[in-house]
Amino acid sequence: MIDLATFANPARFSRIAGRVFPWAVGATAVLMAAGLYFALFASPPDYQQGESVRIMYVHVPAAWMALSSYTLLAVASAVALVWRHLLADVVARAMAPIGACFTFLCLVTGSLWGKPMWGTFWVWDARLTSVLVLFFLYLGYLALQNAFDDPARGLRASAILALVGFVNVPIIKFSVDWWNTLHQPASIKLGGPAIDASMLVPLILMTLAFEAYFVTVLLLRMRTELVRGKLRSARLRAAEADEYLPNIGKPA
Amino acid sequence: MKPKRRRLYLLLAGLGGLGVATALVLKAFNDNLVFFYSPTDLKTKTIPPERRMRLGGLVETGSVTREGATIRFRITDGANAVPVVYTGILPDLFREGQGVVTEGALATDGAFRAASVLAKHDENYMPREVADALKAAGQWKGASAKP
Repeated sequence: MIDLATFANPARFSRIAGRVFPWAVGATAVLMAAGLYFALFASPPDYQQGESVRIMYVHVPAAWMALSSYTLLAVASAVALVWRHLLADVVARAMAPIGACFTFLCLVTGSLWGKPMWGTFWVWDARLTSVLVLFFLYLGYLALQNAFDDPARGLRASAILALVGFVNVPIIKFSVDWWNTLHQPASIKLGGPAIDASMLVPLILMTLAFEAYFVTVLLLRMRTELVRGKLRSARLRAAEADEYLPNIGKPA
Repeated sequence: MKPKRRRLYLLLAGLGGLGVATALVLKAFNDNLVFFYSPTDLKTKTIPPERRMRLGGLVETGSVTREGATIRFRITDGANAVPVVYTGILPDLFREGQGVVTEGALATDGAFRAASVLAKHDENYMPREVADALKAAGQWKGASAKP
């Protein structure tokens, strides 16, 4: 059995990430091409929505990614707060902007889909409003993280915000069941999806493509964060060493 | 080990408290979180006439009549139905048997004067041939609407 701590070592993580990265890029390219082909050409129009149903193949995976990213953000924040683990902080910091982008994509495509189907770009029903709150939580997380001079304090404060904001995730998920909303209930659920197989294929392909894209960008951003961390500590050491040197050649 | 344990319990206790607080708040605001009222809500809750609100349900089959740009139909939830009057452009999905959400106010004559009509669609997605086959086989569970 592999100990989790094996992956928790930043140097070892960098090595593994370097090996996984090209595969993640390849998987993203292949899945995205296949998914878009099925979504745009090789799937039938819906019996009542017609061609507009194709927006679903971007909207629904984006929404799933927005929610699962936030869940992962909350888990990483909890690990960072309790076990004070460096990589957990790096994961959280690296993924927040990706999750925010997926949420934004979900909101925009949903709005563009809402106009032809519902007759409006936006309504303040429980589902739409709670997803907008999720977007603001992501933005708030990023803003809070960068509001401190000391990055460690920023990470702790934003980790707490991420955990508090997690209450929103079940609210989003169940908003369509708990209250009357304009948004329809979930199509994919226990007891079989309410989507025809010919439309489920592009939906699943696009979801996998989004997942692969997520992993690709996350690995890239995590490695950048690790390098940035190293650079910062090197600069601090250099600055400290500087303090003790005599002031030769410096302006008075 | 000790401080880690303490932080873990502190975190779990915090999240538990937060969860309970959120559940209580949502329970308390339950009525305000409802996006629309059903015809039955309209009967059971005393909503004053002329108050702006949303009414949602299915368009009753056979109830749609048009006079120029004005359209009259009834919204039903199976148990009760409310007559609705609306003047304006309807969304493409509007048809008999379709779910709709209208915004407006109850007039004193008991009819609902809608200022806007939004179409609601269900969670079922399928190609037209499958929908036709289901209808032909008598297995249709969705809206009674014909595309």
